[in-house]
Amino acid sequence: MIASSTLPRLMHDAGSRPLSLAQHEQTFAATTKVGSLVDELDASGLTGRGGAGFPTSVKARFIHDQRSLHKYVVVNAMEGEPASHKDQTLLNAHPHLILDGAEYLAGLVGAKNIAVCVARDNRAGINAMERAIHERARRSLRGPKLDLHTPPQRYVAGEESALTHWLDDNESLPQYRRTRPHVLRIAHAPVLVENAETLANVALIGRFGAAWYRGLGTSISPGSTLVSVSGAVNHPNVMETELGTPIRTILAFADADTDPQAVLLGGYGGSWLSGEHLDVPYCNEELAAFGVSVGAGVLVVLPRKACGIVETQRVVQWMANESARQCGPCAFGLPALADGLNHVARPTRDAKQALQQLEERCATIKGRGACHHPDGVVQFVRSALEVFSKDVARHVQGDACKGSLESRRYATIPQLERAEELIWE
Amino acid sequence: MGVRRRTGLFILQVNPILCDGFGHCAELAPELVEIDEWGYPIIRSEPVSLGDTDVYQSARYAERGCPRRALRIQRLNEK
Repeated sequence: MIASSTLPRLMHDAGSRPLSLAQHEQTFAATTKVGSLVDELDASGLTGRGGAGFPTSVKARFIHDQRSLHKYVVVNAMEGEPASHKDQTLLNAHPHLILDGAEYLAGLVGAKNIAVCVARDNRAGINAMERAIHERARRSLRGPKLDLHTPPQRYVAGEESALTHWLDDNESLPQYRRTRPHVLRIAHAPVLVENAETLANVALIGRFGAAWYRGLGTSISPGSTLVSVSGAVNHPNVMETELGTPIRTILAFADADTDPQAVLLGGYGGSWLSGEHLDVPYCNEELAAFGVSVGAGVLVVLPRKACGIVETQRVVQWMANESARQCGPCAFGLPALADGLNHVARPTRDAKQALQQLEERCATIKGRGACHHPDGVVQFVRSALEVFSKDVARHVQGDACKGSLESRRYATIPQLERAEELIWE
Repeated sequence: MGVRRRTGLFILQVNPILCDGFGHCAELAPELVEIDEWGYPIIRSEPVSLGDTDVYQSARYAERGCPRRALRIQRLNEK
């Protein structure tokens, strides 16, 4: 058993290769039956690690209360965020921990099927998961049926309704939900979608209990989380930290620039946090004061010599291209935001007007898509205009900062694809 | 039609995926719908009383007149 107050938990005994089932059981002990898992989850205070941070026990209970003969548990290891590598790291270290968590939850809600979703381009992750599922199938025929699925690598494909829609033999496009909470369904069967890291945490809570889980972290956000640090870092990496650690300490551990201009938190639908506030603890309740959240555990470090507006423009342009183009405000609004930012980043004579339009458009677009993709981008743009307000003012005067002329970029994005070449099926 | 209920509240909801920006709703229910710069509707978010007969009637026209059937009147008391 792992001691309750030590790190690493999820990354315990992580080697360079995924652990086999036998090694896994030696490391973490075999799974045991839990009296009432949902009460343990409740007591542990575990929240979803995919970005929204919704309490896992509430979600599990909601699907448990649905009356249906068939139910599904979907393991979401899609990881659409280009700056996030936590799910892949977990897949390459402890695929069985994820599957344990999925089996625990399947037992809890009464699901007969578990669908594991790994993005098509993540070859290493698919191999690790394929092998893990094969090992389990060989050992026992009991328990829920495990299947591996490989949806296309799109940013919105990992959104829960898009994922469910794809699994239901359709395109991976987000769906409109008129009321919330909404029960997602595959062929009429209710679906519980959980992020891979959340499931790994469920596996630990199932084994060691809620009291053990609360040995780390704060009282509102207990436990540990995986963070992907990139940007001005010697080696971009994924590490496990206790929730509530000051951000500067995390950066120091990751061997990153500890006095940056700003840090991007949450992901590309997240927000910038100014370098002045880096001593704030890394947990949702403390970050909320700055309008930031832990999100998917992304930290992009932006050094003082870089230009935040140019970085934001590149990311927004990529996010606009990743829109599913289903809803008008997202399909037309996001390219308009990217265009407006371009006028500010590389100042033209329209810069002032563009800046004013940006603020108006942010207000118009917010909350008008079927999913939260446009809302994320709006939040990202707004935080950039606020955090880099001094630079924005200078840019608008036609005086671009030195950083914008440099060629090095810090927020990584995949290559832009042409709209007609995007694969959704 | 039958008897119309006059108590309670309603909002107009749009399914943004179905909506193609025809703009009929803004013509039919100008009290409830504005059009953004790309032609898509921005719907008033605060609930309206069902007793407000004129507004409710325009909401019904908008709902029926939408070429994509993207609009829907949601009564808040039934849920």
